[in-house]
Amino acid sequence: MQSVIVNNLSKNYGKEKEIKAVKDVSFDVSPAEIFGIIGPDGAGKTSLFRMLTTLLLPDSGNASVDGSDIVKDFKAIRKKVGYMPGRFSLYQDLSVEENLNFFATIFNTTIEKNYDLIKDIYIQIEPFKKRKAGKLSGGMKQKLALSCALIHRPVVLFLDEPTTGVDAVSRKEFWDMLKRLKQQGITILVSTPYMDEAGLCDRITLMQQGKLLSTGTPTEITGSFKQTILGVKAANMYDLLKDLNAYNAIEDAYAFGEYHHAVMKENSSEEALQKYLEEKGNKELVIQQIKPTIEDSFLRLMKS
Amino acid sequence: MKQFFSFIKKEFYHIWRDRRTMFILLGMPLAQIIIFGFALTNEVKNESIAILDQSKDAASSQIINKISASRYFNVTALLHNPDEIARTFQTNTARIVLVLPSTFGEDLRHVNKAQVQLVTDASDPNIATTLINYATAIITDYQQSLNSTAVIPYQINVQSRMLYNPQLKGAYSFVPGVMAMVLMLICTMMTAITIVREKETGTMEVMLVSPVQPMKIVMAKAIPYLLLTVVNITNILLLSVFVLDVPINGSLILLTGESILFTITCLSFGLLISSVTDSQQTAMMISMMGLFLPTVMLSGFMFPIENMPLALRIVSNVVPSRWYYEIVVAVMIKGLGISSILKQTLVLSGMTVLLLSLAIKNFKIRLE
Repeated sequence: MQSVIVNNLSKNYGKEKEIKAVKDVSFDVSPAEIFGIIGPDGAGKTSLFRMLTTLLLPDSGNASVDGSDIVKDFKAIRKKVGYMPGRFSLYQDLSVEENLNFFATIFNTTIEKNYDLIKDIYIQIEPFKKRKAGKLSGGMKQKLALSCALIHRPVVLFLDEPTTGVDAVSRKEFWDMLKRLKQQGITILVSTPYMDEAGLCDRITLMQQGKLLSTGTPTEITGSFKQTILGVKAANMYDLLKDLNAYNAIEDAYAFGEYHHAVMKENSSEEALQKYLEEKGNKELVIQQIKPTIEDSFLRLMKS
Repeated sequence: MKQFFSFIKKEFYHIWRDRRTMFILLGMPLAQIIIFGFALTNEVKNESIAILDQSKDAASSQIINKISASRYFNVTALLHNPDEIARTFQTNTARIVLVLPSTFGEDLRHVNKAQVQLVTDASDPNIATTLINYATAIITDYQQSLNSTAVIPYQINVQSRMLYNPQLKGAYSFVPGVMAMVLMLICTMMTAITIVREKETGTMEVMLVSPVQPMKIVMAKAIPYLLLTVVNITNILLLSVFVLDVPINGSLILLTGESILFTITCLSFGLLISSVTDSQQTAMMISMMGLFLPTVMLSGFMFPIENMPLALRIVSNVVPSRWYYEIVVAVMIKGLGISSILKQTLVLSGMTVLLLSLAIKNFKIRLE
C-alpha cells in the first residue's frame, strides 16, 4: 500500500475562492521513500502540506495518509504523522529540553522511549539543552524542531522547507539525517525551493503555481530532457547572453553559474553556434556539452 | 491527564518567564486599589477654605474657629474685600469661600436672623456640592449650639444614618469596582492574548497536528490565569481590609465562590475572543474596547445605572461586570446572603454557559 495517496487535490482561497493555491494535484508516495516537492515560493507547497496534515480542508479531491482519509480520519492522522512547519514553531521561551519533553508528553511518549530515533540529531544540540529555543542558531533550531517532530516515531514525516535559511554544512547534515530516518522505515515528504536538494530525494515532483509539472525520480526527470544543452562561457558574459538569445537555433538561454546554458533546437550544431558567436565578437569562448540538471528541466517545464 | 498537566506546566513557564507581564498582572490590581484608595477620592479632607470676614466680631470668629477646627477644612486665606474671591479660585488657593457680611454679628444678636454666603468653584459640580454640604453642616451645628439655651417652639430634627458605609467612604464602592475591572482585564484579555499568540507564532499549527484534543489546549490556558486571579482577589481583599478599612461584612466563602464564577465568565469571554481573532493586537483591542470600557462605564461603579438613559440601561444588562459588581457590593459591603443575589448569580451563570458554548462552537480544529 502506498504511504501517501493524493487524488486531484485542490485548494482555493479568498471570498470567491478566486485564488487557486493548489490545482488538481495527484501523486503517490511509497513507504520509506524520501519524496521531494520542489518549487519556488508561492508554488502552493505549504497549502499542500497543510491539507495532508489535516490543517486545511481541500476544496475538491481526496487524499490519504497511511491509509487514513485526510478529512474523515483527521484524528487518526494527527496521531501518526510528524509535522515540521516552514516557520520555526516551537516555544521560544522554553529550553531545548523543555520543548522536547513537552512534545513527548503531548504525544503520550517519553524522550527515553524513542531516544534511539532522535539520538543522531539530538546529540548535536544536547550540549545546549538548557538554552532557550529562541536563542538557538538557525541550524540548531531546525534540529530541535526535527527532534520534536520525530519524538513520537511518526509513520510519515512532513517537512515544510526544513533547510530554508540554514547554512550549507547544516543543510548537508540535515539531509544525511533524513537518509537515516528513511532506513528506519519512515516515509518523508519534504518541500524545498532549492533545486540542488532534488537529487537527494528518491522521487521528486516539480510544483509551479499550484500545479505539478512533472513527477518521477531525479534521473527520470532529467532523462526526459531530450535536447542538447551547451554550456557557453566568454569574456563578456552579459553580451554573450544577449547574443545567445538572439540566435535562432537556440530555444532558450539563461545564466547558470559559471556558464550560460543554451538549450539547442534539433537542427542546430555546436560548430555553427561557435562560428556565430565569434562573428559577434565574443572572446575567450568556451563551449561544452552539459548534462541536463533538475533546474534545466524545471525551467523548461515552467516555460512550456 | 499527564498531557494536561504538562500543558499547565508549560503555561506557568510562559507566565513566569515573561517577568514584565507577570509583574503587571500582579502589580496592577494593587496599584489600582492604592490609587483609587488614596488619590482618586471625592471625600472632603483638609480642603482649603478662604474666609471673607467683614463682620469681625465674636460670632464670626466663633464660626471661623469651628470651621478651622473641623478635619474637613483648613483655612488657607483670609480675604479683605469681595474682589479677592474670584482671584482665590483663579489661583486655586481654595475651592470654597465663606463670606460673613459686615452685619452678621449684629443681625444675629438683634434680629435673630443672619445670613452667610458660601461661594464655590463649581467647575467640578460634585465636589462643589460636597463642599457646600460639609460647610452647611458646620454652620448648622453652630446655629444649634446657639439655640441650645433658647426655646424654639417647633423644630424638626433630621437624624440621618448612612447604613453600610457610615463614614461615606469612597473605598466602599470602588473596591468592588476594581475587583470587577481586574478580573475582567486579566482573565479575558490575558487568556485571549495567550491563545492568539500561539496562533501567531505557529505553535498552534504544530499542536493541532498532535493527538491532543484542541479544547484541552485551550482549557489548560485558562487554569494558570484562574490561579493568578485567586492570588489577585486575595491581595485586593487584604489591602481593602487592612489598608483601606473596608470590611468584608458577608461570607468570605460566598464572595470567593461568586468571584470564581465571574472569573469563569471572563475566561469564557477570553476563549470566545481568541477563537474569532487571529492577531494579538485585535484580541487586545476587542478586550479593551469591548470589555474594559463597559466595565468602567456601565457596571454602575463610576456612574449610577439608574441615572443613565434607557438605551444605556438596557446595554448595561449584558455587561457581565455589572452583575458581579452588584454581587460584591451586596456580599462584601451590605453583608447579604445568597438569597438576595440569586438573580445576579443566575444571570452570570447563564452568561458563562452561553459564552463557553459559543467559544467551543467557534473553536477551530483546523487552520481556517
